[in-house]
Amino acid sequence: MQDDTDRRLLRLLQEAPDLSTAELAERAGLTAMRCARRLARLQDAGVLRGSRAVIDWKALGFEVAVSLRVTLDKTQPRAFDEFLARAREVAEVIEIQTFLGRVDVRLQLVARDLDHYRVVYRERILALPHIADIESLMTVSVVKSDEKLPL
Amino acid sequence: MTDLDAMDRALLRALAEDAARPAADLGRELGLSQPATWRRIKRLRDIGALKGRRLDLDAAALGFGVTVFLGVKLASRGRASLEDFERAVCAIREVQTVEHVLGLYDYRLRVVARDLEDFERVLRRRIMTLPGIGPVEANVLLSEERLPGPL
Repeated sequence: MQDDTDRRLLRLLQEAPDLSTAELAERAGLTAMRCARRLARLQDAGVLRGSRAVIDWKALGFEVAVSLRVTLDKTQPRAFDEFLARAREVAEVIEIQTFLGRVDVRLQLVARDLDHYRVVYRERILALPHIADIESLMTVSVVKSDEKLPL
Repeated sequence: MTDLDAMDRALLRALAEDAARPAADLGRELGLSQPATWRRIKRLRDIGALKGRRLDLDAAALGFGVTVFLGVKLASRGRASLEDFERAVCAIREVQTVEHVLGLYDYRLRVVARDLEDFERVLRRRIMTLPGIGPVEANVLLSEERLPGPL
């Protein structure tokens, strides 16, 4: 279980994931050794899994981002597994989430432009199995995307 | 479109998995010298393809057991109401992602909470009181995977 100091460390690290252990220790008011020991413990416990680089798809020439909200045909017992397995094979899909609610699965898709999107949508997405309904939300702008936890 | 070669793409893929990997280690795996690896990473940063890093935390272990995706419609439109809404929604700590979208909804939100009871509190007190808010649809996240995408 984490205490206030652990949460403070994670809060600081969330704000500035590039901080070195020495800098982090100074900001948290800990010695470098105690700071390193706490980070190692959070890692061992699986709380702090590491860090991931954020890729800017726009900078790579993928101008279009679409959130596809899919409802599956649940009369097919293997609908989820088969849909997910095939969706993972679509290169333009960067996130897959499953839900409890009106929407069953969400796919986050990137494409170079609208022409490219149309091709991917018609030839790859609509070819996925067991789709009962599909809605798309096209991203106009990303207002907030840090995905920080309110620690 | 920026001209990335297979090596650049392999670097992006590796850093999206683990942003803390030392350049020497990455270079060894890809058959690059450490300085060459550094140069490539710096270039990926300079062209904006690498947009910082994000901490990978186990939200459930930190007490955030529930993630909900919301589709939000605004009741009133106009530039001023969009700006008011965006400013207010971004200030809510439990809201991790805000995207302005085109489609069935106006905004797509990702919200974390301790449990369903806590989510209901955030929804009632913070979200439903936002300026200009209209109908809201909630889907509770069951599983999530991130894929390397078209790299």
